[in-house]
Amino acid sequence: MPVIEVDNLSKIFGKRSKEALSLLDEGLSKEEILKKTGCTVGVNRAKFQVEAGEVFVIMGLSGSGKSTLVRLLNRLINPTAGDVYVHDDNLSTMNKEQLRRVRREKMSMVFQKFGLFPFRTVLENTVFGMEVQGMDKEEREKKATEALELVGLGSFIHQYPSQLSGGMQQRVGLARALANDPEILLMDEAFSALDPLIRKDMQDELMDLQEKMQKTIIFITHDLDEALRIGDRIALMKDGSIVQIGTPEEILMNPANDYVEKFVEDVDRSKVLTAENIMMRPETVDFDKHGPRVALERMREQGLSSIYVIDRTRQLKGYVNADDVLEARNNQVTSLKEIIKNDMPTVEKETPVQEIFDIIHDSPVPVAVTEEGKLRGIIVRGTLIAALANVNGNGVEDNA
Amino acid sequence: MLDFIPSLPIASWVDEAVKWVTNTFEFFFDPVKDNFGWLLDTTAEYLSMIPPVVIILLVAVLAFFMSGKKFGLAVFSIIGLLFIENQELWSELMYTFTLVLYSSLLAVVIGIPVGILMSKSNTAESIIKPVLDFMQTMPAFVYLIPAVAFFGIGMVPGVFASFIFATPPVVRFTNLGIRQVSTELVEASDAFGATGQQKLFKVELPMAKPTIMAGVNQTIMLSLSMVVIASMIGASGLGRNVLSALQRAEAGAGFVAGFAIVILAIIIDRLTQNLNKPNQ
Repeated sequence: MPVIEVDNLSKIFGKRSKEALSLLDEGLSKEEILKKTGCTVGVNRAKFQVEAGEVFVIMGLSGSGKSTLVRLLNRLINPTAGDVYVHDDNLSTMNKEQLRRVRREKMSMVFQKFGLFPFRTVLENTVFGMEVQGMDKEEREKKATEALELVGLGSFIHQYPSQLSGGMQQRVGLARALANDPEILLMDEAFSALDPLIRKDMQDELMDLQEKMQKTIIFITHDLDEALRIGDRIALMKDGSIVQIGTPEEILMNPANDYVEKFVEDVDRSKVLTAENIMMRPETVDFDKHGPRVALERMREQGLSSIYVIDRTRQLKGYVNADDVLEARNNQVTSLKEIIKNDMPTVEKETPVQEIFDIIHDSPVPVAVTEEGKLRGIIVRGTLIAALANVNGNGVEDNA
Repeated sequence: MLDFIPSLPIASWVDEAVKWVTNTFEFFFDPVKDNFGWLLDTTAEYLSMIPPVVIILLVAVLAFFMSGKKFGLAVFSIIGLLFIENQELWSELMYTFTLVLYSSLLAVVIGIPVGILMSKSNTAESIIKPVLDFMQTMPAFVYLIPAVAFFGIGMVPGVFASFIFATPPVVRFTNLGIRQVSTELVEASDAFGATGQQKLFKVELPMAKPTIMAGVNQTIMLSLSMVVIASMIGASGLGRNVLSALQRAEAGAGFVAGFAIVILAIIIDRLTQNLNKPNQ
């Protein structure tokens, strides 16, 4: 008995959506429909079931319709056609009041950019769902405190979101979604805005929580690594359609078509691409100018757990990590030189991506890309995987 | 060349319309004129009865705490207000303050709900926007004519004219502030099952508060700028001194009264600016 059943669910954006819908049934492609009617197909006849306690990952590149699909599940966006059943109740035919009850009691959502209210404290954010239901203050604060303790934020309840790091903010988002003990959790690129290392921690933590809670989770991501790590089953989306649904093994072993195949193993790409092609702009501090406070502030802003250190001429000097910097600051150390570390993996600009795999595997910090000793960029796991997952061959996806 | 189109009698149509409105709604205008006029006069009189020293101290304390326990504004308020008292303009100041107070209150009480309506409905926005443009760009003197027809002369038509001139910013800023609330926060509130009303009061208005307060500040400043114009239809206060100085070509008296208006403007502006500090 599935918890969520999605049947022929479509969303078409534009004024002539009914016309576009019938063209879609005739089998026209997304481009042809856009040309003929000016309408954009967001989601094309999606069909799947999610069982209780399952982590169902919907993955695709930007523009594949995955974020639209998740919003159709709680009707933040109204579907053009098709049905969403939660147990036996059809969301598509519900009136506002019934829909509100489902949103309050059965499903909650975690957002990419956290969706926290800046004028409310952590605790006040967490009680929001229960507050709008009219639960009394004492009870909702008790439940919220429990949820915050569950995600390890028990001592931050009176802080404001802006005082927390990205990873901690998303923990608040998660606590808010869990506080009312909903059956279904919708997570829209919940960890995509986080630094890759923190992202991995959050994934592990979600898995730990899931072991205890056994929620039904719909998880949206563009990161194949993430999908493989946390998904019980994965649905791959392209141009609004679901191209394959299966367990991670099934998808890796038996890709349903060329698209999926390229997605999961683009071996050739890894040979032609070099470090320079996939590196990201590095966040750095200059140890001639900056001390622990600046380093800490930058890390906090960007949600990083370590940061590279350079000198005036951009020569790479090493890296410092957050714990050391914090300690240095508390001990009134003013220079980063005393806590700098040198064991970072380094590659040249011309190093092929394939070779970076081995280097990046066990590295606690992003790989540094250098040219004549100067820091040019960094590479994190996510960038690497996304670079391989990008099938168009015209560059790296920017939000990886 | 365009003689074949006879000149349209717009002016006389408007005259007729004003006359019609005046006569038809006399039952409404008259009590407003009497009761509201009484309220305005009484407020100003009571304010004038309080010893200036008490008011000056109150303003200074208020300024001290609202500017985050800094002395600058408090000191300025004391010196500025003592100057006005010294120039024997105190009771005029109280009348001007009363005019600004009531026209701003009216503008805010009516403007914020209209702004909310505008932010929620694109139709409402497309209708209200040109009305606001009209209210702001039509020369302020023009409002005085129907204001006198409706409410006679005195403080009430002054408040009416200031209200029309000063309301647009608070409406616009409320609309803007609510429309600027990020999609994700609106989605978050919907996803947790908030009703429209809960969304407005728990998410949108708190998020829009700094913007709305900037609009309130603008509204107050605009209504203050109407003080002199309102005095032309008999509103009491500092504006009247400016006007009479103008008529008698007394540069000195005009300067002193004008300077008093500037002092009041700076105090009110700095006080209300502290209300639109951004959220956490």
